[in-house]
Amino acid sequence: MKYIEPHAHMVSRTTADYEAMALAGCKVISEPAFWAGYDRSSEQGFHDYFSLLTGFEPQRAAKFGIKHFTWMCINPKEAEDVGLANAVIDLIPEFLKRDNVLGIGEIGLNKNSRNELEVLERHIDLADQHDQLILVHTPHLEDKLKGTRLIIDALKNFSNITTDRVIIDHVEEHTVGMVKDAGFWAGMTLYPESKLTARRAIDILEKFGTDKIWMNSACDWGVSEPLATPKAARMMAQRGHSEEMLDKVFYQNPKEFMSQNSKFTI
Amino acid sequence: MKDDSPTIVNLVDLDFMDARARLLDLASFLDRVERAGQMDDYRVSALLEALPLLTNAGPDRAEKILLSLSDPTSEPIAEAHTKGAAGAWEANS
Repeated sequence: MKYIEPHAHMVSRTTADYEAMALAGCKVISEPAFWAGYDRSSEQGFHDYFSLLTGFEPQRAAKFGIKHFTWMCINPKEAEDVGLANAVIDLIPEFLKRDNVLGIGEIGLNKNSRNELEVLERHIDLADQHDQLILVHTPHLEDKLKGTRLIIDALKNFSNITTDRVIIDHVEEHTVGMVKDAGFWAGMTLYPESKLTARRAIDILEKFGTDKIWMNSACDWGVSEPLATPKAARMMAQRGHSEEMLDKVFYQNPKEFMSQNSKFTI
Repeated sequence: MKDDSPTIVNLVDLDFMDARARLLDLASFLDRVERAGQMDDYRVSALLEALPLLTNAGPDRAEKILLSLSDPTSEPIAEAHTKGAAGAWEANS
């Protein structure tokens, strides 16, 4: 089965993971900018990271026949320092011109602080000014419910931002309804411990339908699984879903969302 | 209109053993924590408070458990002093 991995942090993964994903049918990887596991000491560190995402990483993917796209931002875990965040945001317009950059992401909240919210609003404004797609990270565990509400409120404050051009990722059973009701796309992340298991993600699909929703592995340097997405597809098939439905969830839906940026081609 | 419903499979056949294993893992976790005298940890208390939701009727058990573990407040906090999350909300954190 061909599939798109719409959220993976390949800078933290091995070349063997690229090969395994290619063998499993992966045609496209989309890689949002994220927290690398440590705080970068200056905006120059982000400049180097953005250069890697737009230069080396697509070359690495291409060796396995995978197209690589990316998203630009300073993630919410490094947003408490507003001065640094502003300096990083000022770097982003230069990178939005690169061929594999699809938009602003993954922006959002982590601990739901005032500074994180201020930096989120600057990112949304940047997306608004440059007519960019937005990929949103919602907080972890006990912080997710409150953070998702704050994020939706912040997005609604920008009248030019249309819900069709925003995906709110890492939804779970208690947040997917508010995201879908507000009209946004929803992303479900498959993690062995936190976020969703494949079983729960499929439950959500069966309850909320398969429109404007995708699944991803969000594989990174932590406890995560780069083949979580195709494994979830196999489980969907075991639960009686048709090949057509699998194609919609794992290929057509991410293609539909990301194709809103004309740079996205397969 | 096209029917997107999956063909009917026996979900109990498919997932019972996994659910059984997870239930036993939870039970043995509580046994282990109790033996170690750590039952007063707020995260353990949060798990114990969520357990009755498993036996309530209705199709939203997972959602209700997640809600029971979540921060129910609505205002942003003044400042983030950590990056991590614990999995259960501590009222006085």
